[in-house]
Amino acid sequence: MIALLLILVPMIGGIGLFFLKGEKAAKSVSLFVASVALGLMIAALTNQDPSVINFHAQWLPQLGSSFALKMDGMSKILCLLTTLAYPIIFISTSKNQYTSPNSFYGLMLLAQAGILGVFLAADGLLFYFFWELALIPVYFLCSKWGGERRISVTFKFFIYTFLGSLLMLVGLLYLYYQTPDASFSMQSLYDVKLTTGQQAWLFWLFFIAFAIKMPVFPFHTWQPDTYEESPTAVTMVLSALMVKMGLFAVVRWLIPLFPAAAVQFDNVVIGLSVIGMVYASILAMQQDDIKRLIAYSSIAHIGLMSAALFVNNESGLQGAMIQFFSHGVNVLGMWIVVDLIEQQFGTRKMSELGGLAHKAPTLSILLVVVALANVALPLTNAFIGEFLMFNGLFKFNVWYAAAGGLSIILSAVYTLRMIQKVFYGNSNSLTANATDISAAAKIGLGVIVIAIFVMGVYPKPVFALVSDTVNSLLGIYK
Amino acid sequence: MNLIIISAIWGVVMMFSGLFISSRTAAKNIALIGALLLLAGNLFDLSGEMLLNSDFKGMLLYDRFSLLFLTVAVISLIVYFLLSSKDILVVGNHPYEYFALIFFIMCGVGLVALFNNLLILFIGIEIISIPLYILTGSDKRNLKSNEAALKYFLMGSFSTGIFLLGIAFIFGATGSFSIDSLTLVPEGLLQVFLITGIVFVLIALSFKVSAAPFHFWTPDVYDGAPTVFTSFMATIVKAALFVGFLNLFLNAFAGHYEKWRLSVAIIIALTLFIGNITAVFQQSVKRMLAYSSIAQAGFMMFSVFAINDMARQGMLLYAAAYSLATIGIFSVLIKMKDFTFDGFNGFAKKQPLLAFVLTVCLLSLAGIPLTAGFFAKYFVLAAAVKTGIYLWLVIFAVVMAAISVYYYFRIIQAMYFKDGEGQDIEITPFYKGVMLTVAALIILLGVLPSSLLNWLVLY
Repeated sequence: MIALLLILVPMIGGIGLFFLKGEKAAKSVSLFVASVALGLMIAALTNQDPSVINFHAQWLPQLGSSFALKMDGMSKILCLLTTLAYPIIFISTSKNQYTSPNSFYGLMLLAQAGILGVFLAADGLLFYFFWELALIPVYFLCSKWGGERRISVTFKFFIYTFLGSLLMLVGLLYLYYQTPDASFSMQSLYDVKLTTGQQAWLFWLFFIAFAIKMPVFPFHTWQPDTYEESPTAVTMVLSALMVKMGLFAVVRWLIPLFPAAAVQFDNVVIGLSVIGMVYASILAMQQDDIKRLIAYSSIAHIGLMSAALFVNNESGLQGAMIQFFSHGVNVLGMWIVVDLIEQQFGTRKMSELGGLAHKAPTLSILLVVVALANVALPLTNAFIGEFLMFNGLFKFNVWYAAAGGLSIILSAVYTLRMIQKVFYGNSNSLTANATDISAAAKIGLGVIVIAIFVMGVYPKPVFALVSDTVNSLLGIYK
Repeated sequence: MNLIIISAIWGVVMMFSGLFISSRTAAKNIALIGALLLLAGNLFDLSGEMLLNSDFKGMLLYDRFSLLFLTVAVISLIVYFLLSSKDILVVGNHPYEYFALIFFIMCGVGLVALFNNLLILFIGIEIISIPLYILTGSDKRNLKSNEAALKYFLMGSFSTGIFLLGIAFIFGATGSFSIDSLTLVPEGLLQVFLITGIVFVLIALSFKVSAAPFHFWTPDVYDGAPTVFTSFMATIVKAALFVGFLNLFLNAFAGHYEKWRLSVAIIIALTLFIGNITAVFQQSVKRMLAYSSIAQAGFMMFSVFAINDMARQGMLLYAAAYSLATIGIFSVLIKMKDFTFDGFNGFAKKQPLLAFVLTVCLLSLAGIPLTAGFFAKYFVLAAAVKTGIYLWLVIFAVVMAAISVYYYFRIIQAMYFKDGEGQDIEITPFYKGVMLTVAALIILLGVLPSSLLNWLVLY
């Protein structure tokens, strides 16, 4: 039941916001709705009874599809990330002005409903439904409130992902006709017996859809442009939450549906991911725009996670799932800083900034913590995940681990260079009158920094949460 | 049966009203009454209460699917009248005659949906086609309208000839026009005749539903005809012809499936390719919609390709989804002066509600979930996957569906994201209400397609 409410609350809130007038009202209502969702999520975490959390209802009986929602350990992690991220986004960007704010916040909440639906759906068709629904509000958000090149850039993004999901739909349909009881339910789909040949091409139909969403090299070309052109609040949703949809779908759908193909093509997928890691890191070093830098660094981080999902050992899978959460938190922190800088100075170019550390000490300290978490320094949350993932990759093949390790070194290079250029050195005419951050931004960043340290020192609760997903996945491989 | 009788009578009533009633605007009210009578008649048909309870010695077949399709068609007609009948009045000097022709076409639609004999199918198609030639040329001082009507007439009669030839071949092979006796497979040389006949019929029907490579008349005719009639012929008429197409191949030619399925598959692939790729390059929304209707025909052809129960459900949903959305878009387009994409710039600021409805319609045509168009595409594609052959065709189709997003979304982009004044158009609150109902119907079918499909299995 809680799972249903989790989707309904932002959906109804989002639709309701369209009929609201006034900026203040839109902001407070959206924050209220997001907090209610967070409260529901906490209720779900403290509740051990699956019948209270999960939900099942008739939807399209003649198609064998039902409105089934199920929360396992990994869904919990990702739903928690989503519900936690939204209040943080709303608080830390509360100073930003948008034209027709009620539609903006309404669409943001609709996107949340879609994303949560993806993480909860336990029915193939329902999953596909939410997968698409999460995309539509984001398309409108980017095209309406984005930067100069927004229309063409988001259009590319939309068509790319839409094509991917349609290919997945064909695969899903084929799979559906192989089920003995003509049903889309997750368990029936899992139980389908496929030949190796069938698995092979179905694997690719699904994988391309997920790879575009993540994005994995060479399907990543939409990503830097879209991140750059979107309003930063939307970029946060895209990079902290929506890319996780692709990774999540690999764990919940791709590998359990086609385990033999996942083993057969593990080298291809891991190879592509590792190439993407190194390639994106090299590109990140060349960037002057902070937003593009973070976009490329995000591709590198996602590459490591997608590689770790296919290494087929406990360490890699565990690390990847913990990193789902850590990466979401860290990248959110990075975007908040970018947004603060852009709002204050009107530029995101590193070459035009400098010397902020004197003028805005709080911002600088918080950024350094987030940035160090981004390069996975010990004691921060990302260290745990990345260490485990590299361990898994190492067990799979030493050379992949070595090549991937290169991208970690490079990530330190570009992140530290960014800190240096933006916060140190001499201040110029633009940054001379800089002021420190507002209380709202402090709250947002403060929560993130706390999360970084708590998870970095005491990751055990998260391990406990994901252990059931990891074990069932390893069981499928065997 | 009721529907066929009432529409024929009401066509005559409309013509005579034109003689005795001088008020032009009364025409649309009389027409609306006729459409409501059609709906009532059709609902009686569905419940088995008929004016003439006869199948005319096996000439007609009242199956649930076809009757239910007629319900969809009549509801679309009512929506069409509510949204656009004002615009029919201003096409020319003979409003009553236009409405009369539309009712005659509805009579043909009834015959095409309910035929159980090749001759009835032929007559039905002719009853549809001839009034359409007239309607296409009804803007008689406009050169483009004249050109379109002539083209349509010449090409249309040519395809009719091929259709007749096909029927003759089939008759030669089987000795009967009745669908029931066509299912018997003749031996030896006669089988060659039958297959030749099927190929001719396939070509002629593909022409009528504007499937490639027999589609060349479509853009010119749709563009040249008065927009308000384009809306009618691109939706209700096209869907009806598809239902006839499907019924014929499902009931009569299913036994020869192996012989013709590859041809149909190639026609589908060509139609999707040409329709979608050409639509991308259009500058006029009206021409884009013409090509998009070719592209949508490619998807509807999937139901002919699959001929199973899923295909029938898909056809029904497709007829509803496609007709509602296209009628909605056209009804706005008619009111605009500028038919280019740029004409829609800034439309959302001027008419937020209409822009929302148009967006729902366009999303439905593109096949985005939560709209009727998604389930329409879903069912026809699922029907094709169910046959288990030619999976490449389905994959090709979804690639084409992704391309279709390009040109449908150009209107959405123009309305919402591009700066512009937005054209002034005159609309009444009533019109807004109807449009909102259309959007609600599209979303209802997109969430619960069973609300329509359940009627197939009731009783």
